[in-house]
Amino acid sequence: MALSNAQRQKLLLVPIYIALTAAGVFTLVPFAWLVCAAFKTNADIFTSNFLPLGDGFLGVAWGQLTLVNFVRLFRELGIGVALTNSVFLSATSALLATFCCSLAGYALAKFRFAGRGLVMSLVLAALVVPGSLLMAPGYKLLYDLGLLNSFAGLVLPGLTPAFGVFLFRQAMVNAVPATLIESARIDGAGEFRIFFTIVLPLVRPMIGAYLMITFLGTWNNFIGPQIVLQDPSSFPLSVAINQLRGLYGTDYGLIMSGTLISIAPVLALFLLLQKEFIAGLTSGAVKG
Amino acid sequence: MPVPAVNSASTTTVVVRRYRAEPVWVPWVFLAPFLLTFGVFLVWPLIQSVVLACQQTFGPKSTAWVGFANFSFLLHDPLFWKAVSNTAWFAAGSIFLQLPVSLGLALLLNRPGLRGRTVFRLVFFAPSLVGLVFVGLLFSLIFAPRTGLVNSVLHDFFPAFDPEFPWLQIYVMPALILAALWLYAGFNMVYFLAALQGVPEELMEAAALDGAGPWHRFRHIVLPEILPVATFVVLMSLLGSLQLFELPYILLTGAGPDNRGLTIVMYLYDNGFVTGDLGYASAVGWVLALLMGSFALGQRWFNKRQEES
Repeated sequence: MALSNAQRQKLLLVPIYIALTAAGVFTLVPFAWLVCAAFKTNADIFTSNFLPLGDGFLGVAWGQLTLVNFVRLFRELGIGVALTNSVFLSATSALLATFCCSLAGYALAKFRFAGRGLVMSLVLAALVVPGSLLMAPGYKLLYDLGLLNSFAGLVLPGLTPAFGVFLFRQAMVNAVPATLIESARIDGAGEFRIFFTIVLPLVRPMIGAYLMITFLGTWNNFIGPQIVLQDPSSFPLSVAINQLRGLYGTDYGLIMSGTLISIAPVLALFLLLQKEFIAGLTSGAVKG
Repeated sequence: MPVPAVNSASTTTVVVRRYRAEPVWVPWVFLAPFLLTFGVFLVWPLIQSVVLACQQTFGPKSTAWVGFANFSFLLHDPLFWKAVSNTAWFAAGSIFLQLPVSLGLALLLNRPGLRGRTVFRLVFFAPSLVGLVFVGLLFSLIFAPRTGLVNSVLHDFFPAFDPEFPWLQIYVMPALILAALWLYAGFNMVYFLAALQGVPEELMEAAALDGAGPWHRFRHIVLPEILPVATFVVLMSLLGSLQLFELPYILLTGAGPDNRGLTIVMYLYDNGFVTGDLGYASAVGWVLALLMGSFALGQRWFNKRQEES
């Protein structure tokens, strides 16, 4: 039987789809397993892999699924406080860092002044300093400044990451025309007004991407709050869940629903914003 | 082009006013948050860390000058070398298992005529949004005896398999490498995919017409084209491996049996923040920074040599 060229091409794609689907299943199964376990009682976790089997629709005992783990986490174990702390810390860090980095990036991209080259090389130098080198002396510094055990001690060191300054500079060099800024100046607009009404709207995708990067980075940060914070009521989810595991290690349903609470918000946020996120990342990477 | 004399005077004044409208202080005000945090939270701790590295401390308060004793103790501490060797094994796993998987996925996704590319990319990328802490927790549950996903599935398929099998007591490094594979394969894939999309199609078609098979096309056209991105990804994996901490710390609830999950940063953390010797931790930090710097220089040297040849 003779196949046309197009048919042969299509047939060749079949093993590729199979391989990709297999890899996709490997990627998604841990998520699916986690979601199922979070809604099961500990007894059902011991007897079933994913959903508890029974005689309901599709052979699943839907009635056995329960919110008991979540109720315990919020009512008895105060996970709501950790969730609020995580949201507050991540949102504050993301907003402040995006504001400060875009300001600095704008100065480096669109102003000519003595010392610009020097500041740019400071930014590049800061990029290569490994975070682990700063852990011990950073802790001592926070102690000296009286910032240990405070949110300020977590937010201030990350106020203007060099990485963000660099990304915004790269994005603004091409995306913001100098003539637009000049004509706004001639029209008498103040420098901050130019920044907010002309410059920022032009790099909107970059703002979305950088907000997302810093939000995620803060949300997922463990070692920072683990070192800086001491009062359990100030712990974000990353530290609180690990502590919970230390106390209720064998209560699998509880740990699983706690983990789900910790990862579901960022996954949802990414799904909502993924277009901006990916557009921003590529715009920062491509333009020199 | 000659400019009318009357107009030229007025244009000059406008130009002068333009430059006056950009006061010198503006960029410095905009740079102030960066310069302040750079000075306070980077330069100062860096200077401090040089001083601290020559001290023995107990918490931030009491210190004693010890000179280079920290470094000589470090280089003779078998536990440090254990951490280095664990880190090296993990790095090897990342580079020889994870990166080929990432490149393979990218090659499959880059196939012309493939549908659903965006969905696949999204699925593969999703795990890299999950923080290392939560991946550590998730995989500690996945490898758990009896209730864990691995044991219960294996027991279902092979009833002879012991559902109590303690993976995290026996296969420490494979478990870490597998968790990292799940987390990072899709992340690195995004870089490879971007690089593959930059390979000129005419070149591939010309090679195919000349009778070059898939392997030859990959070896002689694709690989040289994506080499700069590939070395970048290798460097990122190496630097990431060297800074590994949260994944084993959470997955194994510490260094694991026989310290088989101890990493350099965990060694630093234990000494600096559990024992409270910030001086010794600073010394570890410098050794780690030197290691990372030498890898970065190695990558630059390799890339330069490739460009020249």
